[in-house]
Amino acid sequence: MSETVKHSLMFAFVGVLIILDGTTSFGIFAGSWNSALGILNMGLVSAIMALGVNLQWGFAGLFNVGIMGFTALGGLAVVLVSSSPTPGAWSQGGIGIIMALILGALTVVAAVFITKNMTKGKPRVLALTALLIAGFFAYRAVFDPAVSGVEAINPALYGSLGGLGLPVLLAWPAGGLLAAGAAWLIGKTALGLRSDYLAIATLGIAEIIIAIMKNEDWLSRGVKNVVGLPRPMRKEIVLQEDPGFLDTAASLGLDPVVASTLYVKITYSLLFTVVLLALLWMAQMGLKSPWGRMMRAIRDNEVAAEAMGKNVTRRHLQIFVLGSAICGVAGAMMTTLDGQLTPGTYNPLRFTFLIWVMVVVGGSGNNFGAVLGGIFIWFFWIKVEPMGAGLINFVTYGLADDSALKLHLLDSTAHMRLFTMGLILLLVLRFSPRGLIPEK
Amino acid sequence: MSGNPYQNDRGNKDASITSTSGRSTMEPGLKHSGEVKPVIGDSPFLVGDTMTGGYGKGPDILHECTIAVNPGEIAVIVGPNGAGKSTAMKAVFGMLNVRSGKVLLDGEDITNLSPQDRVVKGMGFVPQTSNIFTSLTVEENLEMGAFIRTDDISNTMEQIYHLFPILKDKRNQAAGELSGGQRQQVAVGRALMTQPKVLMLDEPTAGVSPIVMDELFDRIIEVARTGIPILMVEQNARQALEIADKGYVLVQGRNAYTGTGKELLADPEVRKSFLGG
Amino acid sequence: MDLLNALVALTNYVMIPAVAYGSQLALGALGVTMIYAVLRFSNFAHGDTMAFGTMVTILITWWLQSMGINLGPLPTALLALPFGILGCMALMLFTDRVVYRFYREQKAKPVIFVMVSLGVMFMMNGLVRFIIGPGDQRFSDGERFIVSARDFKAMTGLREGLAFKTSQGITIITAVVVVAALFWFLNRTRTGKSMRAYSDNEDLALLSGINPERVVMYTWMIVAGLATIAGVLYGLDKSFKPFTYFQLLLPIFAAAIVGGLGNPIGAIAGGFVIAFSEVSITYAWKKILRYLMPENLEPDGLVQLLSTDYKFAVSFVILLIVLLFKPTGLFKGKSV
Repeated sequence: MSETVKHSLMFAFVGVLIILDGTTSFGIFAGSWNSALGILNMGLVSAIMALGVNLQWGFAGLFNVGIMGFTALGGLAVVLVSSSPTPGAWSQGGIGIIMALILGALTVVAAVFITKNMTKGKPRVLALTALLIAGFFAYRAVFDPAVSGVEAINPALYGSLGGLGLPVLLAWPAGGLLAAGAAWLIGKTALGLRSDYLAIATLGIAEIIIAIMKNEDWLSRGVKNVVGLPRPMRKEIVLQEDPGFLDTAASLGLDPVVASTLYVKITYSLLFTVVLLALLWMAQMGLKSPWGRMMRAIRDNEVAAEAMGKNVTRRHLQIFVLGSAICGVAGAMMTTLDGQLTPGTYNPLRFTFLIWVMVVVGGSGNNFGAVLGGIFIWFFWIKVEPMGAGLINFVTYGLADDSALKLHLLDSTAHMRLFTMGLILLLVLRFSPRGLIPEK
Repeated sequence: MSGNPYQNDRGNKDASITSTSGRSTMEPGLKHSGEVKPVIGDSPFLVGDTMTGGYGKGPDILHECTIAVNPGEIAVIVGPNGAGKSTAMKAVFGMLNVRSGKVLLDGEDITNLSPQDRVVKGMGFVPQTSNIFTSLTVEENLEMGAFIRTDDISNTMEQIYHLFPILKDKRNQAAGELSGGQRQQVAVGRALMTQPKVLMLDEPTAGVSPIVMDELFDRIIEVARTGIPILMVEQNARQALEIADKGYVLVQGRNAYTGTGKELLADPEVRKSFLGG
Repeated sequence: MDLLNALVALTNYVMIPAVAYGSQLALGALGVTMIYAVLRFSNFAHGDTMAFGTMVTILITWWLQSMGINLGPLPTALLALPFGILGCMALMLFTDRVVYRFYREQKAKPVIFVMVSLGVMFMMNGLVRFIIGPGDQRFSDGERFIVSARDFKAMTGLREGLAFKTSQGITIITAVVVVAALFWFLNRTRTGKSMRAYSDNEDLALLSGINPERVVMYTWMIVAGLATIAGVLYGLDKSFKPFTYFQLLLPIFAAAIVGGLGNPIGAIAGGFVIAFSEVSITYAWKKILRYLMPENLEPDGLVQLLSTDYKFAVSFVILLIVLLFKPTGLFKGKSV
């Protein structure tokens, strides 16, 4: 069996799993297209994230453990681009906030300038300290009143700057750009010449991004969440009142409610598939290009690449920014799918380390592997719970239904997810370290 | 990328999660030791007999190379760059895949032993680089040298301080802070702490000044006088042959000339080819 | 009098909490730094190791409490702690045997170990949640305060109270004892020295007859001890929640790196640097400034530099500053 056939069969297998979930309710399968499409949609988003991480790890050996942060930035972009503007926010302090942020940025730029242009010694330390302290208080002096102004606007509904009210599809590239900007800043500081400290930097930045999104209410309402974000297609309720749609549904023999949810989900699936295929195509083309060959040359022998005059740090920065931008796009897509931004739900286990499991299981260094891993692991992530419940019911068959142990175990099945993901990762790392679809 | 997937780090050099300092780079010829056979008949105290082999699965670097040394002697391996001098010594120490030939020590065939087990059998080995524990004090270096011993080590330590008085003064300093020559003394001292039956030195004078080199050679002669056979690889062929009882000139992994140090120094062929006239 | 009041407030709200938190971080960072020094990778499962050790301790504590055994004014958890350490050691040695050892034999690159530790992290995280649940657990008992704020006020007649919790006292004393014991072990015993030698130069350690498997085994045992102690102290001081422990990974990594990865003294210093910056930057200084400033200059706001939710941000910014100016950490680490 040739490699291509084998790998196609793996994709087909995952496809069959999802179709089974839509058609039969035997065992772990839900027997509902609603559930199956839900898994498929998040699987596609996960596949895109895995693609971004694979670009960084597979092709440049960069260890990014801040995927959660880039995903969240993508989500933030959806709010900033597509939600409706808050009336009066700009006059009540929006301008002040922007001014304060510019002031803060200028302080940092000035600090960098001082560091670069003054000679080492006490005067430099003093100048830096004075500048930073003065800058910080000036920033707070402008920032704080502006923020209270914005947050005072009908906090139950708005209390934030709101967005630009643009079409939500525009938010996807915007999410990529936002993530790319953050990645550039991180990469610029953390990707040193001889050794880097990207892991700790990304780990920290991700937490900081989440902290900002939770606490800066003026930005995206913090933990009060932004709900009811616009969608790229008509809402279910609108569809259910459209006579044309109702006729089509009736002709297909479908209940209008079911038909409308399926319509929405299928539209998302198609949109996501288009984005995934486009990114996959670009990643494949990029890697076959001279640029991609050089990336791999650097990865496999950095010393030689450097000796040939390649600027390794620059290349690493490029690919880090690119990969993070892809994660940002995926994050924006996910928030669009959810229709809401809930900063409290971002958790590194789910949004950073799970993506790593997908990349490793799929096959580090292979884009198709990343896609396969993304969808496959997501399917498992959803289905481990029913599997666990089934397993425990089976194991505790002899116990009475109200036995404390059985109840505790059944209660805990939700946590088997993490355990199982760890087990899968360890098994793959040990017995199939190249992943399901190895790099060629 | 073929090869061992567990060793593929994709060029990652993230210092916040991984450390490369002090990692093992040694590739032992044998990971696990086989049996030791007694040798019947007469043989030198330590001999690498007609050794042929290379690193791992790589091509042969040594070709029927023979190196031997007896108690009280200094044997020196010299030769041009890339002649396999260090390789020959590593073969004796078990860091090479020796495909034919054997290594005998003190009447035993130790060809099937791993380097660690050869240390236990009485081989003291001083590598060319990374031969001291830089973050440990001089005294701790010596203590670690005697790790396999369970008896009282204070006497041996006194002997080493007697041999290298400067180490006694610096006993509580981190070895990494010492000068090049002093570091080499720590390295030799560490190897001597096991009370080895034979001492093997891989280019002990690499990178030290000529004065320090002379001093180091004096010390090595002193060690040899205590009866420990010394096998040594040297770049500085002339000086080394002057103190050598036995000299081996290797060319492309083969024995080219063998004789006493004086003979080799007097040999016009050797002089012309390796000693610069 | 105002100066005294300010001093007391400073001690009460900044110094004591920071010293206690710093000790907990230092113990955690010591574990991370030991793994980094000996096994040469950063262990992402360390937070969950702490959680596991603490969980075992909590379960034993509950059992002891149900048997009516306690330590009087001291928390029962201290009695359970040795069992927690043993449980954690057993798990660490088991994990090393079935997971990590294979990669050592393969001479796997350190970054592979990091990925393996991600898998271990997931499994341990799931295991802890499976056994004790994801919720908050309090397990401290005994006397709550060594000095309570009210007693202090009555004693001194000052306006400000000074509270010194038992858990804080225990934390500080335990940390001092543990750190002293660890340094004695590393610098004075043959085994400790062999661990340092192995960390310094693996090949030479091998040639000196040091058994790597031995060294690794001792390392895991020490790390299990450190992690459990750090986790139990943190839990006594605050509370136990698996996710919080997982998140402690960030300040602990930051502490270890700020101090210089692989350097035990650095880990301790890093722990305190991070703790003091976190506490002092997120503390509302108004209370203290009120005593020190003339009345007309009293600040209006809380004089809080950053809201407490930003404590992770603080540890990270400190880390970044240190790395920018001193890439090897405050104390020379191994290679950062």
